[in-house]
Amino acid sequence: MIKKLRNLKLTPGLILRLVVGLVVLIYLGWRIYQTAFGEGTYGPDTWMRFLIAGLIVGGMYALIAIGYTLVYGTLFMINFAHGEVMMLGTYAGYFALEAFASLPAPTAADPNLNFLNAQPVIALILTFVAGAGVSALMGYLLEKIAYRPLRGAPRLVPLISAIGTSIFLQNAAQLLFGPQRRQYQNPDFLWRGTGWMIPVGGKDVMLTYTGLFSFVLSILLMVGLFILVRRTKLGKSMRAVAENKQAAALMGIDVDSVISKTFIISGILAGSAGVMWGIHNGLFNHYVGFIPGIKAFTAAVLGGIGNIPGAMLGGMLLGLLESLGPALLGLDFQLKDVIAFTILILVLIFRPSGLLGEALSEEKV
Amino acid sequence: MLKVNELNVSYGAIHALKGISFDLQEDEIVALIGANGAGKSTTLNTISGIMRPDSGSVVFEEEDISQTSPAQIVGKGIVQVPEGRKIFARMSVLENLEMGAYTLRDKDVIKAHMAEVFEVFPRLEERQKQLGGTLSGGEQQMLAIGRALMASPRLLLLDEPSMGLAPILVEQIFEIIQKINAEGVSILLVEQNAQMALSIADRAYVLETGMVALSGKADALMENPEVQAAYLGG
Repeated sequence: MIKKLRNLKLTPGLILRLVVGLVVLIYLGWRIYQTAFGEGTYGPDTWMRFLIAGLIVGGMYALIAIGYTLVYGTLFMINFAHGEVMMLGTYAGYFALEAFASLPAPTAADPNLNFLNAQPVIALILTFVAGAGVSALMGYLLEKIAYRPLRGAPRLVPLISAIGTSIFLQNAAQLLFGPQRRQYQNPDFLWRGTGWMIPVGGKDVMLTYTGLFSFVLSILLMVGLFILVRRTKLGKSMRAVAENKQAAALMGIDVDSVISKTFIISGILAGSAGVMWGIHNGLFNHYVGFIPGIKAFTAAVLGGIGNIPGAMLGGMLLGLLESLGPALLGLDFQLKDVIAFTILILVLIFRPSGLLGEALSEEKV
Repeated sequence: MLKVNELNVSYGAIHALKGISFDLQEDEIVALIGANGAGKSTTLNTISGIMRPDSGSVVFEEEDISQTSPAQIVGKGIVQVPEGRKIFARMSVLENLEMGAYTLRDKDVIKAHMAEVFEVFPRLEERQKQLGGTLSGGEQQMLAIGRALMASPRLLLLDEPSMGLAPILVEQIFEIIQKINAEGVSILLVEQNAQMALSIADRAYVLETGMVALSGKADALMENPEVQAAYLGG
């Protein structure tokens, strides 16, 4: 350690990092001191509310972040159109629910019953299948049309293609579906704003049904993905392709097909997150993928891009920091986006490889 | 078994192979020797289907495979152990071997092949749970060869198996190569270490800047004054 310090050279970059780090630490210390020993604006119930909100949004960030990380792992590019893949899933889920709500399924007891409330579980499953399916198809086409022709090009080129595709998809969605905000039609048992009351510190905190539903489902999907990557032949071949495409091809692995499947799996996760977003938050329009997309990218970088557990951890952590951060620092809640992007900048300055990431090897840079 | 005819391959503007022809009979060990940039690895990668020739053909058992996909070539029984080993460092030894058997479906067959590989390389069985990247250089080379054997090849392409290994390990690896050959696997060996390669090969081709400069029986080449001067350090 001491020897390491002695070998340290004071380059301008290092001095800058030290200064920025010092400023951030002093600021954080001062704000947290103020919050802890100041007036004490928030009771334990409010903190609980922030915690719950953070976990719910964190689960969605994590699902989207996994898509960034999977694609980065295999192609070493940031798929900036990934947020739009999610957006299309949100629309697909919306239209599925609308269709189920207008499908009559009358019973003797209730002649006005629709399919959505007659068979809510089946309707929800089909809604997720629609959202995940559309996003999976979108991911597949995205790679085939926008990235595959550029496989051998310098790394900046597919990145530009990704940003272009993202803008194209946003505008195409606006043209197709109109710019107005739409509202998700949930089945009655998942009505937004209903939930369990949990008593915390003498007050009741609501755990919404939609929030709990989203959180549990995102955890299940992450466990499923983890098993897929660790245990199945497809998952192992994805890891092999991520490590070395030439060696993988020499084993008889069809590299192009594995890359396609990587995009399909990323799409399934993003589409599911998109439907959850609609079910939990209700209102959305064609910009719905933009902010979650950038936040999830931040989460993937925070956890260590290319690292799957890192993306899960980064997503959860970002959701929590964003939710608890403004209160901890005594800031306005509108500033939660600023917190997320400040984290992105700080990670890039101090630990570009992320929390769980390893230093990038020569081959990947 | 394998016949390469007038193969021309280029990387963009660089003409790497300029009409190479050679052949390999069943059960033979054939060595391709030559300096850096002579086109040895390019030849192997073209046979494996990773590179496509501009002209010429690769014929394996009366069938032109120069436009066949790498996966199908593995299925036909030609498997390459790439230069620099290229094992999957973040996957376990066991998973590396499973990847070698990627083209096989029958679980019992895979299990039987794995038992055979562990018989050749008992060290790999001891370390099956370890990550590939934590193995020593010699063990990684064993893993790379074991991984290729998982597909039960009929023709094994070996690219610089001696690279970066201590002399004692090189000898071990070459003994194993001879043992694999004795089991009925034909071997095409690319080496800069001409001494070692010629000592186990039946025949050899000397490559110079993308062309075959010399060829013949390995022991005859060993005696050839040109080869001695250029590749055997004497």
